[in-house]
Amino acid sequence: MKTLTRRETLKSLLLAPLAGGVIASTGCIASSNSAAEITWSSLPKSYSYGRTEAEKLRDQKLFSETYFREHELLTIAVLCDIILPSDHPNGGALDAGLPEFVEFMVKDRERYKLPIRGGIAWLDNRAIDRFGADFINVTESQRLSLCDEIAYPDVKDAELQAGISFFSFMRNLTLTGYYTTAEGFKDLGYKGNTPNIWDGVPESVLQKHNVAYEAEWLEKCVDQSRRDIIAQWDDEMNLIS
Amino acid sequence: MAQEQYDIIIVGSGAGGGMATYQLANAGLKVALVEAGDYYDPASDEQRTQLRNPWESPRRGASTRRRPFGDYNSCIGGWDLDGEPYTQKGDTDFRWWRARMLGGRTNHWGRIALRFGPLDFKRKDIDGLGDNWPIGYEDVKPYYDKVDKLIGVFGSNEGLPNDPDGFFLPAPKPRLHELYYINGARKSNIPVIPARKSMLTKRINNDRGVCYYCGQCSRACSIHADFSSSTALVYPALKGGQVDLYTDAMVREVITDDTGRATGVSYVNKKNGQEQQLQGRIVVLAASACSTARILLNSKSDRHENGLGNSGDHVGRYLHDSTGAGRSAFIPELMDRDIYNEDGVSGMHVYTPWWLDNKNLDFPRGYHLEIGGGMGMPSYGFGFSANQYNEFIGERVGGYGNQLRDDIRRFYGSRLSIDCRGESVPQWGNRCELDPTVVDEWGIPVLRFDYKWTDYEIDQARHMQDTMEELLEASGGIVLGSKPGADRDYGLTKPGEIIHEVGTTRMGTDAAKSVTNEFGQLHDADNVFVVDAGTFVSQADKNPTWTIMALSWRTSDYIVDQMKQQNI
Ligand SMILES: Cc1cc2nc3c(=O)[nH]c(=O)nc-3n(C[C@H](O)[C@H](O)[C@H](O)COP(=O)(O)OP(=O)(O)OC[C@H]3O[C@@H](n4cnc5c(N)ncnc54)[C@H](O)[C@@H]3O)c2cc1C
Ligand code: SF4
Repeated sequence: MKTLTRRETLKSLLLAPLAGGVIASTGCIASSNSAAEITWSSLPKSYSYGRTEAEKLRDQKLFSETYFREHELLTIAVLCDIILPSDHPNGGALDAGLPEFVEFMVKDRERYKLPIRGGIAWLDNRAIDRFGADFINVTESQRLSLCDEIAYPDVKDAELQAGISFFSFMRNLTLTGYYTTAEGFKDLGYKGNTPNIWDGVPESVLQKHNVAYEAEWLEKCVDQSRRDIIAQWDDEMNLIS
Repeated sequence: MAQEQYDIIIVGSGAGGGMATYQLANAGLKVALVEAGDYYDPASDEQRTQLRNPWESPRRGASTRRRPFGDYNSCIGGWDLDGEPYTQKGDTDFRWWRARMLGGRTNHWGRIALRFGPLDFKRKDIDGLGDNWPIGYEDVKPYYDKVDKLIGVFGSNEGLPNDPDGFFLPAPKPRLHELYYINGARKSNIPVIPARKSMLTKRINNDRGVCYYCGQCSRACSIHADFSSSTALVYPALKGGQVDLYTDAMVREVITDDTGRATGVSYVNKKNGQEQQLQGRIVVLAASACSTARILLNSKSDRHENGLGNSGDHVGRYLHDSTGAGRSAFIPELMDRDIYNEDGVSGMHVYTPWWLDNKNLDFPRGYHLEIGGGMGMPSYGFGFSANQYNEFIGERVGGYGNQLRDDIRRFYGSRLSIDCRGESVPQWGNRCELDPTVVDEWGIPVLRFDYKWTDYEIDQARHMQDTMEELLEASGGIVLGSKPGADRDYGLTKPGEIIHEVGTTRMGTDAAKSVTNEFGQLHDADNVFVVDAGTFVSQADKNPTWTIMALSWRTSDYIVDQMKQQNI
């Protein structure tokens, strides 16, 4: 079976259909205008961020393994894309390389493997029962209808509970995988992780929330204009510099 | 091979060992510092995790067995170490956290730096439980003062009776969720004051930097603006040329002679598995409370049949950890916040010290409250249950599509959490001892834990739950999850889980009831000292590390003095 490579496209797969492993040929991929094509960004396969030798070896080993079958990885891609579509200025799950992220996480956390493999199988069974084909081989609107029944945890239908857990899990992984990328930071508007001088909540925000600093409290706080002056105290424990 | 004779051999380079190394080397003594872990310096880019973005890790900062507090946490160690098991007796579930690196657990500790107060040394006088320390606050105060100035700690002088003032650096201003907490605490008539933590909000010398508010001290600070034993004590001591540092050196036992006095230590060189020895006039143990007990118990000889210092069967006993419980709330008023950088220093800027009198309560000993929340950096786990708070605003939880982006932004930074950390009552029966059948990868017998909480701690946890609920609601919060009841011991953490384990070699005047004297000197061998939290008679409703360092300095002064007088 063909293994997916970086920035894989489904188009190539369509040329040589594999049993059960191919997406329907009509325009059914929610994220894409061109029919039957699904692509995703690839993620790096080597990292350097203060690891011990033992950690480096383990990560190398994880990267050398493949867990998901082609059909599973495509299903993950399609699901992630439904959960966080790419038709947005800040990109979506596929731009953030979600399929590869999920692949890495299940190898990193053995306990994730079964719920995802089993969840995909559950979803395919459900799709076959309702529409006569695997999840990725039914039409776009049929796929959304399948998602609609498992996307909300308040649904109590016993028959759907396994699917609901699976969908919640995929939603968690998709959002976490997206918001921990540069695109996700941008989407959130995250400001931090950079040297700065914290000097309290901005005045406009204080006003908005109807809170204020107590004068007595502020007296105990840093005068940032003096932060570089070496600290000195008198004998009464008062800071005098 | 002719061996150098050291004046001092120090085992372990964490808070206690780092301080002793610094003091004894500065006193001109020749020191061997023996550390089971590898060399570590957060300033080296190769070891740096600080200021990394989540996507620099393939798991986006998720925890692993080797990094239980997340992929970027600077602890090399954790609950479960390769080749170094520990065991449990009966249904004990003790959690033992060990670091294996230069600087020990001070590389990634929370830096909450609290002095014990006068009452904390004399608890038996107050409630009749446990024992008093042989020393009082006045004995330790001069050393707390010196630690404040040497190491640096921010905070505020409040004149509180049992949370003493100090030589503080100025505190960082509270964040928005902390202002909500302050308002809630005021409403509930519970005190709240600036946190006391060991980050340099102001310069203290020209060697260490000044905090630039990245909020990542648990990743170790590359500009050395927070306290780590390595950066603030060991490196400066190494510069003086008086210290030989042995890393990857796992001490097996203290070697004693026919008179019962120590002559050195034997250790396993982890790089090649070989057994080696060091000779020294004095041995100072600082391997952390349980590891030091293990070394002592493994140091068996004709003179010390039950292990060194253990003639009174006290080594490993009275092991105790802080109690803990936590709860969090959703603050609707913090929805749809303006987003700005509020990383600040790592963790809380404000806290609540213990404020009640146990005379009016049905449990002994107190606890303090640590406050959490804010607009932290997304890392693995961010976005899980993205819109669970929809439940509280009449919208549906779940779904998919671009609407999730709005949910994420709407609820970002709207959570407030409280963690309680309290004092337990030390018990003779709570202990670590050698497991008779299990050894580690170097063949060294391992520790077995035997530990049960008592009703004192469980009753205290019940009180914690009521307090947290009251404060979170007073702060405008909707408390999340269900309140743990008696069936769950009121959410009381497992023993060991707060990582404040102390008491295994407690100090005292009576050699039959303690392991060391007030200076950490073994009753059974006058040239062996303990400078970690093993000597604590009771762990206060505070975190232990500032006291470890004050006592280690005090012991170091005593050693220098006793050597001068030729008593040891
Ligand atoms: C996540 C976390 C948060 C914490 N937060 C706080 C806080 O906010 N405030 C606070 O006061 N405390 C806190 N603590 C606790 C604090 O880290 C410890 O109290 C302190 O580090 C203990 O110092 P120590 O010298 O006794 O031991 P450690 O710092 O543990 O150092 C012991 C050293 O000895 C070495 N060693 C062990 N056995 C051997 C051996 N056989 N041979 C050679 N070397 C050996 C170890 O490798 C280690 O480096 C926290 C701990 C953790 C893990
Ligand atoms: S918050 Fe300050 S002290 Fe802590 S790591 Fe960042 S710069 Fe260093």
